[in-house]
Amino acid sequence: MSWFSQTLTSSIGKKLLMALTGLFLITFLVIHAGINAMIFYNDGGETFTHWGHFMGTNPIIRTLEIGLVAGFLIHIIDGLLLWKTNNDARPVNYAVNNPSANSTWYSRSMGLLGTLLLIFLVIHTAHFWIPNRSNQFATGEELNLYQMMLDLFKNIWVVLIYVAGCFSLYWHLLHGFASAFQTLGWNHVKYNRFVSLIGVTYSIVIPLLFALMPISIYFGWVQ
Amino acid sequence: MATSSRLDAKIPQGPLETKWSKFRSSVPLVNPANKRNLEIIVIGTGLAGASAAATLAELGYKVKAFCFQDSPRRAHSIAAQGGINAAKNYQNDGDSIHRLFYDTVKGGDYRSREANVHRLAEVSGSIIDQCVAQGVPFAREYGGLLSNRSFGGVQVQRTFYAAGQTGQQLLLGAYSGLQRQVGMGTVQMYNRHEMLDVVVIDGKCRGIIARNLITGELERHAGHAVLLCSGGYGNVFYLSTNALGSNVTAAWKAHKRGAFFGNPCFTQIHPTCIPVSGEHQSKLTLMSESLRNDGRIWVPKAKNDNRPGNEIPEEERDYYLERRYPAFGNLVPRDIASRAAKERCDAGYGVGTSKLAVFLDFAAAVQRYGRAEANKNNIHNASDVDITLWGKAVVKEKYGNLFDMYKQITGEDPYEVPMRIYPAVHYTMGGLWVDYNLMTTVPGLYSLGEANFSDHGANRLGASALMQGLADGYFVIPYTIGAYLASEIRTGKISTDHEAFVRTEKEVKDRIEKLLSIQGKTSPETFHRRLGKIMWDKCGMARNEKGLKEAIAEIRQLREEFWKDVKVMGTAGYFNPELDKANRIADFMELGELMCIDALDRNESCGGHFREEYQTEEGEALRDDENYMYVSAWENLGNNKWELHKEELIYENIKIAQRSYK
Amino acid sequence: MEGNMNLSLKVWRQSNKDTAGGFENYNLDSVSPDMSFLEMFDVLNEKLVVEGKEPIAFDHDCREGICGSCAMYINGRPHGPLKGVTTCQLHMRSFNDGDTIVVEPWRAKAFPVLKDLVVDRDAFDRIMSSGGFISVNTGNAQDANSLPVPKEAADDAFSAAACIACGACVAACKNASAMLFVSAKISQLALLPQGQAERSIRAEKMVAQMDAEGFGACTNTGACSAECPKEISMSNIARMNREYIGAKFSSTAV
Repeated sequence: MSWFSQTLTSSIGKKLLMALTGLFLITFLVIHAGINAMIFYNDGGETFTHWGHFMGTNPIIRTLEIGLVAGFLIHIIDGLLLWKTNNDARPVNYAVNNPSANSTWYSRSMGLLGTLLLIFLVIHTAHFWIPNRSNQFATGEELNLYQMMLDLFKNIWVVLIYVAGCFSLYWHLLHGFASAFQTLGWNHVKYNRFVSLIGVTYSIVIPLLFALMPISIYFGWVQ
Repeated sequence: MATSSRLDAKIPQGPLETKWSKFRSSVPLVNPANKRNLEIIVIGTGLAGASAAATLAELGYKVKAFCFQDSPRRAHSIAAQGGINAAKNYQNDGDSIHRLFYDTVKGGDYRSREANVHRLAEVSGSIIDQCVAQGVPFAREYGGLLSNRSFGGVQVQRTFYAAGQTGQQLLLGAYSGLQRQVGMGTVQMYNRHEMLDVVVIDGKCRGIIARNLITGELERHAGHAVLLCSGGYGNVFYLSTNALGSNVTAAWKAHKRGAFFGNPCFTQIHPTCIPVSGEHQSKLTLMSESLRNDGRIWVPKAKNDNRPGNEIPEEERDYYLERRYPAFGNLVPRDIASRAAKERCDAGYGVGTSKLAVFLDFAAAVQRYGRAEANKNNIHNASDVDITLWGKAVVKEKYGNLFDMYKQITGEDPYEVPMRIYPAVHYTMGGLWVDYNLMTTVPGLYSLGEANFSDHGANRLGASALMQGLADGYFVIPYTIGAYLASEIRTGKISTDHEAFVRTEKEVKDRIEKLLSIQGKTSPETFHRRLGKIMWDKCGMARNEKGLKEAIAEIRQLREEFWKDVKVMGTAGYFNPELDKANRIADFMELGELMCIDALDRNESCGGHFREEYQTEEGEALRDDENYMYVSAWENLGNNKWELHKEELIYENIKIAQRSYK
Repeated sequence: MEGNMNLSLKVWRQSNKDTAGGFENYNLDSVSPDMSFLEMFDVLNEKLVVEGKEPIAFDHDCREGICGSCAMYINGRPHGPLKGVTTCQLHMRSFNDGDTIVVEPWRAKAFPVLKDLVVDRDAFDRIMSSGGFISVNTGNAQDANSLPVPKEAADDAFSAAACIACGACVAACKNASAMLFVSAKISQLALLPQGQAERSIRAEKMVAQMDAEGFGACTNTGACSAECPKEISMSNIARMNREYIGAKFSSTAV
């Protein structure tokens, strides 16, 4: 094995990949949330569609999108590999265990939260990204994503699934954000509080923003 | 008195200061090609064992190391707290090799060998160098240089330390050196193995029988030399500061195969331990001697004063060490501090529920440090509350782990109320008799560290055990072993099929089977507790002829009962800690008798050995240099009979005096 | 007997590596609150011997919290309910009369159970052999004070070196990861000037050995540090990550 693959398949290397792809996805979420938040202009989707069109057609963004898909795939596959390693490391479990005494439940449930997010991701991309890109491939035309949102979020069940997805994201980020820094070795008495403050703020703001979208549409606040 | 013809200490000729350097440049060497063919067995992986095994492997010998713990890093050296002495004179306070040598001989009450102690002082500096190079994180000053503190019996600051965990850090240093050699394949490590006998062929030690504690199998291991680095025998008292697994078995088996036992009655009772709290107690916990740097020891002036320590006013306190020994105060040597505590408690001034405790008080130190902090920070009208707060913070930084431990065990907060302390068995100066080369009376069989008798005389000074263990392992045995192994290069590989191996293994097996076959009614633990009580009551801090004679009779009786009534559960064929324990206790019961015999023979008081018949009017130990300036080396004649051989102690460089710390 | 606590104990019993184990229930009366947890086990064991049953095997030695031998998973936590305390320093006053206490061995693939509550922790020794040292043969050292070490670095190195290798970090971690143990040693030596020469190779080799032993990876839950009887900090794991990643990408070993 070359030193490179040896590094990336080591326990720390796998964590490194999780942290790097995680931070990359975190930056993606900022853009994603930012552009989607254009719906709150409540201008019939004009601003939103303008930027949606830019994101869907700009060649640089489209190239970066390949990276995004790769980022998701690496984060998911590496996560599964880690889950396997970690699971194998304790073949017999404790009969009585009280981990809440030493750690938060969501930090111990990154795999579970990640899986929920994966399920949500499949549903979410099936709703928007896949039909839109398929249509672009087939006809060269973009779909009216704004109208699709208005239609879809009339359904209370869909709204609930999206809100649940946002909760999973909240907890995943609440641990994942600071954890990525720790994995990268960025632990310093002076900056730890700063990282954790940004992490907590981010974990609240982004999922909240996302959750407000289906909710606002459902209640007719955004039309 | 003349030295017995059976004992040759092999002390090099010439002036004291040049004995060791001349020896080193003239001792026979073994060339590297031959070293590869010579096997050395090391028993025990504490400071002495780990450092010896690592160093000998570095030199090219084939080494096998054994420990009964699950890892060599758990040997009991790990628990040493306070520090390690070295004559570096970094503090510019007048220290020198000669002064360390002198302090150690005087501290040992003039019952140690001049040449050995001088060598110890000579190599002490190199130990610190070696440990620092290994990455041992000693305490440092802000300028980045090493920090020192004081220990008992000494007026200079020569003790290097790593908080209250110096032993741990030094052992981990030696252990890292050992594991490095294990990784390179030059040391074969046998964890969870206990040595149960030595194999002697034609008068030379040729190997050992060990029990694999996991599988229960007996194994034969051959070696051109065997090094016993198996620690002391304080657990003969049942309650001591030793680890529960610490035992005399390796040394005792060697003794029964011909190695003389030196000064068995010299045991050290450490003055500052947490007092016994009840019948269930399994061990006693030491509060480091370093605490006496800042803590003041006292008892109430009135008998049966039941007030909590912090409520007794200053004028009603008796700081008895400062009163009796103004020159050294709270930092008198251990034997003196222990006896003084016993004297006060016996006289009815003890504190706590058992009345067998004295106070160790940090209130004055807290105030002193608090004020120093205020000065340092240029605060001139600080409140008492602030001063106390800052003072506590300084005390916490120095002794935090000890204070936490005390609180954990007693449930009392030593930052608020004075600690209660009482003496407890801590260290054994006695051990296998060795010559200057650290070889026992069995050729090829060596003993290092606490397991031998060599350097501390009748009382060991604080922070000298770590020094001796590492000196023996790093800097003495690598040279002295050449004197013997140079003549072994033609021996070739030793076969473990030799009749002596077969016979010895069978004897070990028979004894194990006997232990298991008794199936009486009493647990091994119960016998151990009873033995400990006899030893503590009659061969402990104070001894007298009548008590010792009674003890001998009682131990014989107990031993007889043991071999009729002990109940050892399980079988020999697998992991059976109960069997291991019974095996060790059986040896302690033989050793206990020898200790009493030795104490009875020594009609004087010296160091840790205090015979009530021999004391000054002020209650100080009264030596008899004319008749007892010798090392007692006991030869085992079998059937619990011993013959005494004397090694006369000759002092050419030190003026013998009544030891005074007043 | 001197105490007045009555306890019911549920203890893992297993004959050896290769057989299956199970829980046994024991009742113990008259336990004193001043007993240590292990002294309570001593009393139980003596009772078992009297009853003709085999005593419970458990690792222990110094009984003052420094040798790292003792290792019991008590009521779902390594070394029981207190912070910064080993099993041997845990006292019965931390429990109540009538409590049921469940005691299990450490559980990890790399720590197979040898008997009852005793596990095999040789993996730690092998990790140490792979690089947890400074290669300095005896006699090679320069004068100790010729190499000043900033107090802060020495103190941090000491805090990391305080590890007793009990394995509570592995036991507490949901992934049975040994990263706190390994990082403590890597940190100690990386912080000191003496450790610089082998800094890269040490991180690479120790991590490789750690992985080979079958320990899990780190999820940064912090359970290890929270349960560590010596309160070793998570910042050591961050430092190890830096050391390892830095070493892997900059060393010339390919």
